This record gives sequence, C-alpha cells and structure tokens, in this order.
Amino acid sequence: MKRLIAGLPFIAAVIFGVFFLWGLNPDRDPNEIPSVLISQPAPAFDLDPVPGLETPGLARSDLVGNERPVVVNVFASWCVPCRAEHAVLTRFVEREGMRLFGINYKDKPEDAVKWLNDLGNPYERIGSDLSGRTGIEWGLSGVPETFIVDGDGTVLFRYVGPVVGPDAVERFTQALKQAGALPKGAAS
Amino acid sequence: MRQLIFAFCIGLFPFAANAVEPDEMLTDPVLEQRAREISKDLRCVVCQNQDIDSSNAGVARDLRLLVRERLVVGDSDAEVIEYIRARYGDYVLLKPPLEPATYALWFAPIAFVLIGVFVGGGLLMSRRKQEAFEDLGSEDENTVSEILRQNEAGDAS
Repeated sequence: MKRLIAGLPFIAAVIFGVFFLWGLNPDRDPNEIPSVLISQPAPAFDLDPVPGLETPGLARSDLVGNERPVVVNVFASWCVPCRAEHAVLTRFVEREGMRLFGINYKDKPEDAVKWLNDLGNPYERIGSDLSGRTGIEWGLSGVPETFIVDGDGTVLFRYVGPVVGPDAVERFTQALKQAGALPKGAAS
Repeated sequence: MRQLIFAFCIGLFPFAANAVEPDEMLTDPVLEQRAREISKDLRCVVCQNQDIDSSNAGVARDLRLLVRERLVVGDSDAEVIEYIRARYGDYVLLKPPLEPATYALWFAPIAFVLIGVFVGGGLLMSRRKQEAFEDLGSEDENTVSEILRQNEAGDAS
C-alpha cells in the first residue's frame, strides 16, 4: 500500500508528461474544427451568378450527377490567401482536369469580376453568396475553404484554409486521387 | 470638478464588451432576450473561446442574425441551437452535450473526487487504527513507569 502511494506522484507525472507531449506535437492544429459535413450530403443552396460575369450561378443540383467528384472552392477577392490559392487551383484545372466550382463569399460583384479578370477564371460555375448564408450551410469558418463533392452529392473532403505550399498541395492531391476526382491518364 | 466626478463614476460602471449591434437587434424584447441567451451558448467558429454574443467576427454576426431569424420564424430555443449544430457540429456548443463520447468529460471530475476521498480516507483510517491498537508490551510499560517515577523523584529534590 505504501509503495503504491509513493508511486502516485510518479504515475501522475507520467500522465501529465504524455498529455504535454501530445500538446507539443507540431502537427496538431488546435484551431482545427472537425467538419460535420464529411460523408454527409452537401447542403441545399441555390446561388445566382455574379453580376457582370458570364459564368453561370451555382446550385446544389449542379454538384449532383457528375461523372467524377467535383471541387467546390469558397473564395473572395478581399481574401489575400485566395490569391495564392487561385494559382494552385488553376493549375489543377488546366493540367490535371479537375472540375472546379466556386462560391464567391460576401464579395462585391465588381471586385469579384475584376479579380477574376486579372487572375483568370478557372471556375465552371460561380455562385454569389452575398449574405454569407450559404457559407453557414456549408459550416464555413473562413475563406478560403475547399470541398470535394461526390457525384451523388456527398461531401468527401474538406480543406480549411488555402491549398498553398507543398504539404497542403500533397494532402489535397491525395484527397483528389482517393475520391477519383481526376480523370485517368491525366498528366501529373 | 463636477464633470470630473461624473466621468469617474461612469468609469466605474463595468461596460460589457458588446458585439451585438443595434441593427441586428429584434424589436420584440422577449425574442431579443432569448436570442441573447442562445448566443451566449454558441461558440464563435473563428475566435474559438468566445461566444458569438460577444464576438466581432463576421461569421459570428451572421450566426447572430441567423439565430434571430429562426426565432422570428417561430423556432424554440432548442430548435435554433439544433439548426446551428447541424451545420457546425457539437463544436459550436459551449456546453458539451451529455452523450457516450463525452462521458469521460462529465464524469471524470466526480470520479477523481471519489477516488481521492476513498484513497485519502482509507489512508487516514488505517493510520488511526494503528495508533489505537498499538499497545506497549508489559516490559516497556514497566520501563516507562520506572523512568517517570525517577523523574518525579528528581523534581521533588
């Protein structure tokens, strides 16, 4: 009994040590919010196109019935990381054959049009979410966020933050391949 | 001088950090009060240790507006919270729900207190028992009384 009690501080120290070790892990992101959408049907929404843009609007029905999973990217011209991410997404569309839809989040239409004219428009469809209500439907915590949606409308993958940098691009590529969102025989 | 005192008195009032802007508020004070109460139980998803009632983040404002919208439509408090929870998960609840996944969270403190009481109590009891039942042998008893007697004799002289 006495031995057991003498060992208690040691055991407590070990437990706390393991806890701190877990907390110190540099790969752990305390800001990461688990998404409830994964493996769930994509939320219902119907967004008008951005005024002044040729690209048609986006609704949930556009995400359903596609041959391959598609990518939904939430972006805004006022979002600085989106600018960096734009180049990455464009490359995926042009080189790998990824299908990309956009939700223009709380953006002034004229700003969005200028932004896309400057940088190029890799989006097949863009819905204008002026109120941010569709963003809430998607459980959005900030822009940019990127989702992979299966042909039956199920959300397969969510990436919070810009897909920029080797690690992020690697993760995203893996997710695309796993989902089968890239056509076979694409250059990669 | 009077102005100075007035300014000082105003400074004494604890002004709550208030993020709810007048244009968000509902005209019905009862509904508005309910909205405030609900907002205090919902976590802001951007600034994660704040409730949406006191957060200035854009998403928090949108959620506040959504809470009010649902209330106006006629949802109960629980329905409003469920609506937000369906989109953001348990994570937005500042009070975690009681369910199998959170049993450890809810019951660990009670378990620790019980363990503490049992271990600590058991330890104290065993020690007290030892004191009560440890009798000196007759030989020791004799020695002690001998010493006592000698001491007394010494004091008297």
